[in-house]
Amino acid sequence: MKEQLENIRQQAQEELAKASSKQELEALRVKYLGKKGELTAILKQMGKLSPEERPVIGQLANEVRENITQLLESAQADIKTKERNAKLAAEKLDVTLPGKKHELGNKHPLSIVLDEIKEIFVGMGFDIVDGPEVEYDYYNFEALNIPKDHPARDTQDTFYINDNIVLRTQTSPVQIRVMEKQKPPIRIISPGRVYRSDAVDATHSPLFHQIEGLVVDKGITFADLKGTLETFVKRLYGEDSVVRFRPHHFPFTEPSAEVDVQCFNCKGAGCRLCKNEGWIEILGCGMVHPKVLENCNIDPEEYTGFALGLGLERVAMRRYNIDDMRLFYENDVRFLSQF
Amino acid sequence: MNLSMRWLREFVDIDEDINMREFSEAITMSGSKVESFEKEGSELKNIVVGRVLSTEKHPDADRLTVCKVDVGEAETIQIVTAATNVVPDALVPVAKDNSVVHSGQKIKKGKLRGVLSQGMFCSVAELGVTVHDFPYAIEDGIFLIQEDCKVGDDIRDAIGLNDTKVEFEITSNRPDCFSVIGLAREAAATYNKPLKLHTPVVKGIGESCEGMLDVKIENKELCKMYSAKIVKNVRVKPSPRWLRERLRAMGVRPINNIVDITNYVMLEYGQPMHAFDLRFVDGAKIRIRNAKAGETITTLDGIERKLSEKNLIIADENKPIAIAGVMGGEFSGIVDDTNTIVFESANFDGASVRLTAKEHGMRTDASSRYEKGLDPNNCLPVLQRACELVELLDAGDVYDGEIIDFAGESIDKINVRKRIALEPDWINSFLDTKLSVDEMKAILTKLECEFDGEDVLPPTFRPDLQHKADIAEEIARFVGYNTIPSTSISGGAQGKYTARQKFDSKIAATMLALGLSEIMTYSFVSPKYYDKILMPKDSELRRSVVITNPLGEDTSVMRTTALPSILEILAKNYNNRNEKAYLYELAREYIPITDDKLPIEKNKLIGGFYGLSDFFELKGIVEETLDRLSIYDYDVEASADEFAYHPGRCAVLTIDGERIGVFGELHPQVAENYGIGERVYAFELEADLLFKYTKSEKQYTPLPKFPAVTRDIAVICDENIPVLTLEKAMKKSAGSTLESVKLFDVYQGEQIEKGKKNVAFRITMRSHNETLTDEHANSTMKKIMKALENEGAVLRA
Repeated sequence: MKEQLENIRQQAQEELAKASSKQELEALRVKYLGKKGELTAILKQMGKLSPEERPVIGQLANEVRENITQLLESAQADIKTKERNAKLAAEKLDVTLPGKKHELGNKHPLSIVLDEIKEIFVGMGFDIVDGPEVEYDYYNFEALNIPKDHPARDTQDTFYINDNIVLRTQTSPVQIRVMEKQKPPIRIISPGRVYRSDAVDATHSPLFHQIEGLVVDKGITFADLKGTLETFVKRLYGEDSVVRFRPHHFPFTEPSAEVDVQCFNCKGAGCRLCKNEGWIEILGCGMVHPKVLENCNIDPEEYTGFALGLGLERVAMRRYNIDDMRLFYENDVRFLSQF
Repeated sequence: MNLSMRWLREFVDIDEDINMREFSEAITMSGSKVESFEKEGSELKNIVVGRVLSTEKHPDADRLTVCKVDVGEAETIQIVTAATNVVPDALVPVAKDNSVVHSGQKIKKGKLRGVLSQGMFCSVAELGVTVHDFPYAIEDGIFLIQEDCKVGDDIRDAIGLNDTKVEFEITSNRPDCFSVIGLAREAAATYNKPLKLHTPVVKGIGESCEGMLDVKIENKELCKMYSAKIVKNVRVKPSPRWLRERLRAMGVRPINNIVDITNYVMLEYGQPMHAFDLRFVDGAKIRIRNAKAGETITTLDGIERKLSEKNLIIADENKPIAIAGVMGGEFSGIVDDTNTIVFESANFDGASVRLTAKEHGMRTDASSRYEKGLDPNNCLPVLQRACELVELLDAGDVYDGEIIDFAGESIDKINVRKRIALEPDWINSFLDTKLSVDEMKAILTKLECEFDGEDVLPPTFRPDLQHKADIAEEIARFVGYNTIPSTSISGGAQGKYTARQKFDSKIAATMLALGLSEIMTYSFVSPKYYDKILMPKDSELRRSVVITNPLGEDTSVMRTTALPSILEILAKNYNNRNEKAYLYELAREYIPITDDKLPIEKNKLIGGFYGLSDFFELKGIVEETLDRLSIYDYDVEASADEFAYHPGRCAVLTIDGERIGVFGELHPQVAENYGIGERVYAFELEADLLFKYTKSEKQYTPLPKFPAVTRDIAVICDENIPVLTLEKAMKKSAGSTLESVKLFDVYQGEQIEKGKKNVAFRITMRSHNETLTDEHANSTMKKIMKALENEGAVLRA
């Protein structure tokens, strides 16, 4: 029996070394270790052995079984590796072929910039409000201290619906609507479409976007206006932006200012981008005119505030170096897909 | 508004060699914005005064002349010229070798037909001036200089082409700054220098003009002051060079001494003037009145204009002679044999002038000044100044006295100083400054404010100063906006997005994720666009908000539907040969109510496509959108009568009977109308209703603990039964363990009777409490089958 066992071991070793597939290995497993396998057959004869031989042969038989099992497992692992390697080799791809895309849509560049501006203001404690685009003359002009005969009406070529209704020429009427509804403290911005009868060209559009801002509370100062807008400009254009406030005139603010940022291109030395001025105008602002507060039943002796207005297209044009405003409204997918 | 620096220096000591960038910066920052500045003649290089010594015919060219020229150097130079007016001894501008003329052309020495030419003689145009600037010069020929100058002088100094012009942007609240004196006042205040004002003196001829002209203001609302002086023996001739130079620098063309004087004074004081021939004033009567219906006037520009009753005019006994504040009449102007003229200096209502100028489409230097509101107190000094210049230029003999009419009780009460309380504490806290009262007063004094007790009395030429906030601005701009501190607003505030704003962001995120790009379109359209989308003639949507003064027909009404807008964009992309376009807009639509009310501004989520695989890709996008927006309980129904859409490929979405949108393939006629040669798809969802139905709060459902049982079922039914009907029937009958019904096949054709279809579903059942038994599944399937049979579907054999 001992010999038989050794023979089995010998034979199994040889056969396992030759096996080259999973199927062959399985057959060998059945052949040697299966219920009807050779080793099992020998073990079944153990009863015939003497009590002295039994433990010796038993031990040997277990050794042989373990031996074969080990060999079997290692052969299995080898074959698996081989097969895996063969599969990997067969599966080789040209990874430089283009990817299959799930194409996402693109946000309009004006939206991208507007969202950024909204984030900045919300972060500074502003809420966002909306107002009608078709607006009463009263809100667009009169309540903003621009009576019917005011020369400023000529500079804002207005689309009229009738004597009392216009397409708003600015987002400023939202100031009035907010102040009529809400008592101070007020801290809002209002982005939206505005309309002026300018013929379409590279820098004009009869429809464009503004962002209005309004702050009203007790004790709001010109210094607050400056600080708030400096923060805004730095968030939008970078912390190293240089900002200046330049006196200007708007009928609904007093004092009024325009805000210039030092030309990013020439750092103030003067270049083509800034028309040799060294500065680029980015927004208009001022302390809310006392008459405007009065028009909204807010006591200008008790409350003060500031307002600002910013053109969205111009910010986006500078941001992306777009030289023609018409592109925003033509919506060519080759344009949109760039953002 | 252009400004001559030379003229400015007459009123305030600004250094001759001031750095113009620094000057521009300083005056811009104190409130008068400089747009640009330009030194006259800066483009000219190496051009000097030369004296022609001799002229000889060119040996080989009949039309050329060879000249020896003294240009103030050791050696004379030789110039070959084609000009015919060059004569020996003439002073001429010589562009020497390596020079540049006005056009930018470079001049170098060279040979002309074999003869050396060391430069070029210049015409007026080549120096960038005109014959109006030098009336003795000719247009086609060399400029023969008749100025006091020496050979070798730089041409710019020789002809006075060396002023610096500054262009200002003057805001509408500062009519006073539309003048040299106004800007000089600002410059003086900016540089803390005195303003040197001049009081005009007229000698007169010792004979009064009394009785020569009868002036009456009939509309005292619109004309506060009318003053006139009379000059006889007018000697019309060109103005002297210094005056012409100043006009040129300010961008005004010199004409003759009388016209030039009116322009000069207007530029200096900002008060327009008018001069006319007394002969043409019928009855020697001047009436300032509104035009009568039917009256006409031919203005100086030669155009006959029909006047309306709103127009304020200057009339004589019979007819209009000028449109007040805008333009004079052609016939009453100064002509060669004019002997006696009237200088008019008057004050007209700004709004009236503005509207009249607009009505007649003629905005003039005068009207643009009047419309901002001028100070009547300026009328008389301006009149004096004009007549002082008449005497200085020897342009005529000035009668003593003036003829005046005005509105109000006395001439010094037409326009009086306003009174504003100076509240230093308020101003300091408003600006966040710490200025003393004296510092504030010092600034205001520079601007010619006076003080009375606690009050500021601003000058009458500053109608913009009305409130303490206006006073604060004057102080702020001279303290310097940028020296005032920058602070944060005190008191915290939390900014937040509203539920609606968050919802709109979610829409945008969903659209982008589904592959749609955002577009922005004009809100106004042409009413013809409604035809292009096959909108029925009687549709309510054809009633739009109409713009009374549109830019063009294409942008004349506010859209009631955003469909044409997105179709325009699809068409443009198709024309540009873009392979496909998946686009959306969160667009406003404007639905009119009544004429005196604002329209309703609705928000529509609209998508437009070409290059889509089929209707069901569109439907998938719509379904996924609604799913992402947490809108589940909607119904989809086929609709054959949506205008613009394909009758067999269009569905309407409703929630509890309320229509929330429509989607489908567009009618082939619509695609054709927009020139799109493939199938076009769109969806339109009412964003305001989507927001109403969205479920903002989500609840977690525990993951299933027990396995599902699935059964497939195939039925045959009439081809016209919508699958949705079958699905609804199954869901209704199956009981609570039904998890889902999923269609996986629809088949028509071989083996299926004509007019029928085979529809296959996978039905999934699951309980949250136990593993379902086969018995349960079988009994559910029985119920489902029964329900299907009731709808006319039978199990496929």
